[in-house]
Amino acid sequence: MVDRTIENFDCGHRACGGCGASSAVRMILKGAGENTIVVSPTGCLEVFSTPYPETAWKTPWIHSLFENASAVASGVEAALKRQGRLGKEKVLVIGGDGATVDIGMLCISGAFERGHDFTYVCYDNEAYMNTGIQRSGATPYDADTTTSPSGVCSTGNNRPKKDLPQILVAHGSPYVATATMAYPMDLMKKVEKAMNTQGPCYIQVHAPCCTGWGYDGAKTMEIGRMAVECGLWPCYEIVDGKQTSVKKVQRVPVDEYLKAQKRFRHLFKPTRNDAEIAKIQAIADANAAKYGIDIE
Amino acid sequence: MPLQMMEGSIAVAETVRLCRPQVISAYPITPQTHIVEGLASIVADGRLDAEYICVESEFSALSACIGASAAGSRVYSATTSQGLALMAEVVFNSAGMRLPIVMGIANRAISAPLSIWNDQQDSIMMRDSGWLQFYAEDNQEAVDLHILSYKICEDHDILLPAFVCFDGFILSHVFEPVDIPSEKEVDEFLGPFKPYQQLDVKDPISFGMYATPEYYLEFRYEHDQAVHRAADALRKHGKAFGEKFGRDYSELVEGYRLEDAEVAIIAMGSICGTTKDAIDEMRAEGKKVGLLKIRCFRPFPAADIVKALAHVKTVAVLDKNISLGAKGAVGIEVKDACYGLGIPIYDYVLGLGGRDVRKKDIKKIVELAEKGSGDMFYGLREELL
Ligand SMILES: Cc1ncc(C[n+]2csc(CCOP(=O)(O)OP(=O)(O)O)c2C)c(N)n1
Repeated sequence: MVDRTIENFDCGHRACGGCGASSAVRMILKGAGENTIVVSPTGCLEVFSTPYPETAWKTPWIHSLFENASAVASGVEAALKRQGRLGKEKVLVIGGDGATVDIGMLCISGAFERGHDFTYVCYDNEAYMNTGIQRSGATPYDADTTTSPSGVCSTGNNRPKKDLPQILVAHGSPYVATATMAYPMDLMKKVEKAMNTQGPCYIQVHAPCCTGWGYDGAKTMEIGRMAVECGLWPCYEIVDGKQTSVKKVQRVPVDEYLKAQKRFRHLFKPTRNDAEIAKIQAIADANAAKYGIDIE
Repeated sequence: MPLQMMEGSIAVAETVRLCRPQVISAYPITPQTHIVEGLASIVADGRLDAEYICVESEFSALSACIGASAAGSRVYSATTSQGLALMAEVVFNSAGMRLPIVMGIANRAISAPLSIWNDQQDSIMMRDSGWLQFYAEDNQEAVDLHILSYKICEDHDILLPAFVCFDGFILSHVFEPVDIPSEKEVDEFLGPFKPYQQLDVKDPISFGMYATPEYYLEFRYEHDQAVHRAADALRKHGKAFGEKFGRDYSELVEGYRLEDAEVAIIAMGSICGTTKDAIDEMRAEGKKVGLLKIRCFRPFPAADIVKALAHVKTVAVLDKNISLGAKGAVGIEVKDACYGLGIPIYDYVLGLGGRDVRKKDIKKIVELAEKGSGDMFYGLREELL
C-alpha cells in the first residue's frame, strides 16, 4: 500500500510556485516507497532540487548527464544485483520529456531491451523548460514554444506528440502507464505498481508548467484535470502489452483547455482558428476511440 | 607463474578477470573487440562473477559504469577511437564525479578518413578530461598497468578514473610472452573495492549535483590536485607492485641508455620498443643516444622529465598524434616543461593511422634533430601531396 506519509522530496527546492513537476515528484516518491535510489537526467528537476551544497532529496540520488539516466540506472541496477541488494533497494529514474522522448531515447531503448529491473517515470511538461521553453518531441500539436513559435507562417508546433508509451510497449515492457499529477492517488498507485513489477516499467506523467504554458500557478491541478477531461491526456495502463485500465470521463471539447493557456493563445487571437482547433479536437477524439475513455 | 604466450587483448581480459570487476560494460570496436569478447566468455564460463552489460553504445557503456561505480561496485570498460569520441561527454562527467573507473584503450586513429589502425590521437584528445593516462610499451605493461590502475584509482586520496592505453594491433593483436599473476597475488594486492561514498538507502546522499559559480572553481581545483597527487600514488603503489610482482613501476618516466646520452628521444607506447633497438644499433656505431619513455601522461611528469634531460644536448619527441594547427601533444608539453632550460626540443609527428615506424626512421629522426631540423610531420609521402 502507498505510504502517503513518506516525504522524500519536501524541502528547499527552488521550483516555480505552482510547478507541476515538483508536486508530481513528491507523489512519485510516496508511491515508490522508502528504499528507492533515484537517477535523474539534466533538466528543471535536477536544477531546482540540487544546487550544491544543498539537496531536496532524502533518497540516494544521482545525476550524470542529460541523455544517459537510463544507462546510469542500468549500471546501478547491475551493481545492486551483483551485491545482492536488488529487491531490497529499487531503482527509479525521473526525467523530463526532453531527456526521455528526445536525447535519451537511445539509452532508454537499450535499457528496456536489456530488461533491467527499474522504473522510468517521465514528468511530461511538454517542452524543454530548463533551457527556456523549447519544443520537444512531446510538445503537443500547435503549442507555441520558443523554437516552434506561432507567427504569420506558423501555428506553433507542427507535429503531434511522440508516443513513447507505445514505443516502450513494443520493447516488451511489462508495465506502461500514463498518469497525471492532477490525480495524485492514481499516480502514486501506478508508481507503486511499476516499482513492484519485475523488469523495465514506464510511466509518463502529465505535469503542467505554469511558466512554460502561461497560466496562473494556482491553477496547476485544474489545468491537469482539464487535459484528462477533454481527452488530450488519456490515463491508461498497459500490462504485458494489453490495456488493462483507463480513466473514463464525460468528455468536454478541447476549447476550454486550450483557452486556459498562453501557449495556445494564437488559436483564438486575433481570430479563432477553427481549422486548427478542429485538428486538436481530432487528436482528442482519436485518443477516446483508441483507449475507450468516454463514459457511454 | 611461467610466461604464457598469448594475444595482448586476451592477456588484458585475463588480467581484468583477476581484478574482479563486479560490473563490466563495453561495446565492441576494432581493435578493442577481443577484450570485450574475452571478458564475455570469461563471465559466461563462470570464471568471473560479474554482471556483463551488453549495452547498445559506448555512450551507454561508460554511463553504466558511472551508475555501477556510484552504487559501490568495481567496474571495467574498454574502447578506442570512435567509441571514445562517442563517450566524450561521459568521459569528462565520470572524471568530475571522481569515480574510480578503469578503462582499457586499444589506441586507434580518429576518423575522417576512417582508419582502424594505430596512433594515439584518441586518448590524447581526452587529455583534458581529468582521467589518468598510462601508456604501455608492451603487453606485460598493459597487464600490469591494469592492476596498478585499480590500486591508484581506488585510493581514497585519489578517486579518479584511468585509461590504460596500449597501441591497437601493435600490442592488442600481437602474441607475446606475458606473466599473468595469480589470483591470490592480485587479490592480496588489490583487495575488494571499498567505495568512498555510494548510493545506499541507509545513508542517502546526492551525487552529481550542479554547482554555481560560487563552487565550480573549487571543484576543478580539487580535481586538478587529485590528478597531480596521482603521481605520488603511482610511485607508492608502483613500488609495492614491484615488491609483489617483481616488476617495478615506481617511476612515471623511464630512461633507456639515457645517463650519458647527448640526444634524447621521448616517446610513449609500443614505439619505445623499436626505439630501444634503434638506440642499441646507434650506440654500437658510437652515437650517444638514449630514450626517455613516458609511461604516465596524466598527470604529466614535468619535473621528472626536466630532471632526466638535464645533461642532454638535443631532444627529439615522437608524437603519434597531432593537435591540428599546433603540434604533437607530447612535444608541446615537453617544451612547456623544459621552458627556459635552453635545450633544443624538436617534435616529430609520425606513424599516424598505422603508418609503420621502423628503426631506420628513428635513426633518421636522430640525424634530423642533430641538424636542428624538426617540428615536422615525419615520413610524408611527398608524391601524394
Ligand atoms: C547534451 C546536452 N544538450 C543540451 C543540454 C541543455 N539542456 C539542459 S536541460 C535541457 C532541456 C530539458 O528538458 P526536459 O527533459 O523536458 O526537462 P525540463 O527542463 O522540461 O524539466 C536542455 C536542452 C544539455 N544539458 N546537454
